Amino acid sequence: MADPMRIRATMQGDKVLVRVLMSHEMETGQRKDSAGNIVPAHFIQSVTAVHSGKTVLTAEWGPAVSKNPFLQFQFAGGKSGETVQIIWTDNKGDKRTDEAKISS
Amino acid sequence: MKISALLAFLVGAVASNTVLAQAGADSVRQIEKYRDALMDGNPADLWEARGEELWKRVRGPRAVSLEHCDLGKGPGVVKGAYAELPRYFADVDKVMDLETRLVYCMTVLQGLPRGEVLRRTFGDGSNRSDFESLAAFITAESKGVKMAVGMNHPKEKEAFKLGEKIFFHRGGPHDFSCATCHSESGKRIRLQDLPNLTDEKDAQRAYTTWPAYRVSQGELRSMQWRLYDCFRQQRFPELTFASDTSVALTMFLARNANGGVFNAPAIKR
Amino acid sequence: MKIMSISNKSLDVLLAVGLLTSCVAFVSDSEYRAQAMKLMGADFKARGQAGLDRLNQDEANAACSRTPADGPLSKSASAAIEKANFARLKYPADGKLLGDWREGERIAQSGVGKQFNDDPSRPAGANCYACHQLAPKELSFGTIGPSLLGFGKLRGTSRAIQEYTFGKLYNPQAYTACSNMPRFGHNGILTEAQIKDLVALLLDPESPVNK
Repeated sequence: MADPMRIRATMQGDKVLVRVLMSHEMETGQRKDSAGNIVPAHFIQSVTAVHSGKTVLTAEWGPAVSKNPFLQFQFAGGKSGETVQIIWTDNKGDKRTDEAKISS
Repeated sequence: MKISALLAFLVGAVASNTVLAQAGADSVRQIEKYRDALMDGNPADLWEARGEELWKRVRGPRAVSLEHCDLGKGPGVVKGAYAELPRYFADVDKVMDLETRLVYCMTVLQGLPRGEVLRRTFGDGSNRSDFESLAAFITAESKGVKMAVGMNHPKEKEAFKLGEKIFFHRGGPHDFSCATCHSESGKRIRLQDLPNLTDEKDAQRAYTTWPAYRVSQGELRSMQWRLYDCFRQQRFPELTFASDTSVALTMFLARNANGGVFNAPAIKR
Repeated sequence: MKIMSISNKSLDVLLAVGLLTSCVAFVSDSEYRAQAMKLMGADFKARGQAGLDRLNQDEANAACSRTPADGPLSKSASAAIEKANFARLKYPADGKLLGDWREGERIAQSGVGKQFNDDPSRPAGANCYACHQLAPKELSFGTIGPSLLGFGKLRGTSRAIQEYTFGKLYNPQAYTACSNMPRFGHNGILTEAQIKDLVALLLDPESPVNK
C-alpha cells in the first residue's frame, strides 16, 4: 500500500488552490536494474479530484511523470471548511484515496 | 524578445570574451532556474509526514513512543533540537548526532534490537528508511532556527578536533580527502558547484540545506548519507552508519555552519 | 612523558595530577591525528575492492593532510616529496609515449573505478573532465584543476613535453607536492597504455583539445 498523499487546499480569492504530493515509484518500464533486467512499468494512470460529489479535475498520466509527483490546480465553487478528495489509480490497479479540508 | 535575448547573448559573449564561457554560464543559470522550479512541492513532505507518524508511534518491547526521546532540549522536544546537534549527552557521556541519538532511543528507550533498528539505514526504491523519515520530520522542526552547536564540553571540542583531522585526511588510491573538493571557494566538479566547507558562508549554505530530497534519486537524503556517499566517491571503504567518525565529522561541519539559518529539508537535483 | 625523567616520586604524582586536569584542555595535534586514525580504523568497513588499508597514508599523504592551522607545507618538505615521487616515475619500456587520443577522450570522460561499488575487473576511468576543461565541445567540466584547452598547441610535442605530460599523469606529485590530482600511474589507477592515450589526448595535433 502506498503512503498517504499530502494534500493542501487553501482559498485563493474565490478559487481553491490545491497542492498534492503523491508517493509513487513512477517506473517507466524502460529502466534496467543492476542485473540488466527490465524494471516493470509501474505508474499512476489516472488522477481524479472530487469536491462535494462533483469531479473538478481528471487527468491521465503516463510514464513521463516524475517519481513522487507534485500536482497543483485551482477550481471554483469551493468554500473554507469543505473537503477535497483526490483519487489515483496506477497501471497495476493499485488505488489510493485521500482528502483534505479547505483552509482559508 | 528574440532581439533582447540575442543582445544579452552578445553582450555576455563580449564581456566574457568567449562564446564557450557564455555557454557554460548559461548552463549554470539554467540549472539555477531548474532548482527554483523544484522548490514548490518538495516531496520531502512525504518523508516528514511518515517521520512524524514514526516519532509518535508506540513501538518496541517497552511500548513507548520516541516522544520520550531526549534530543538535547528535554524529552520529546523537537523544535529547534537539530540546530544544536551534535551535542554532548550526559546520560551516555558521549557526543551524538541526530541518527546516533535515534539509535540510542530506539534500542534503550523502546527496547528494539539493534540489528533490527539498523536494518535499513538508507532508503532504496520503495523501501524507505525510518532514519531518513525521522530526520525529515525532526530537521523540519528547526526550519528558520539559527545553527547553534556548542563547544563548551571537552568532548564536544574533542569531536570537533577529530572531525577536522578526518576532514583533511588524505588517503585511498586517489589521495583524496574531504578537503580535496571542499576547501577552496568557487570550484565545481563538472557543473556541480562545490561548497567550501572551511568558509563560514559556504559551510552555512551547505549544512543548512541537508537533508534534501534528491530528484535524481527520488529519495530524501540525510547528512549521514551525504558523508557515506562522499567517502564512496573518495574511494574510501564503507563508512559505518552513526559511527564515532561520522559524529566527529558532522560536529566539524555543523560547528562551521554556526549562525546560519537552518532551511531543510531542501530539494536538490 | 617528561615526568618519567624526574626522580622524585611524590613530585611525579603531583605533576601527573596537574597534567591530567590540563590534559582535557590541551591535547597535542599529533595525539588528535593518532586518535582520528584509530576512530577511522574502527568505523570503516572493508567492502568490495576497498579495504581498510586505503586509510593508511604514505609519506606524501601524511605530510599533505594539513589543517589551516598547520599552514602550508615548508619548501624543503615539498621539495623532498617531489624528489621522492620523481625518483619513482616509471616510463614505458618501449619508449613510446603517445597513444590514441580517441581512446584518451573516453578515459577522460569516465568516472568509474576504485569505488567500493565498482566492478574491479573493468578498467578505471581518469575522470579528467570532473576537474579540467579539455575538448571545447564538452561544456560539463569542473574547475578544481586548470583548463587544459589547447594544452599541446601551446607546448608542442617535443620529447621533453611528452615525458613531462606522461610523468605528470603518472605522478603529479613528482612536480607539485600535495597536488589535488590523483597519482594515476603510481597508485595503479590507470594502466600504462591508458596514460599513453591521455598523453595523446593532450598533445596530439588531431585531438579536439588542440583544435
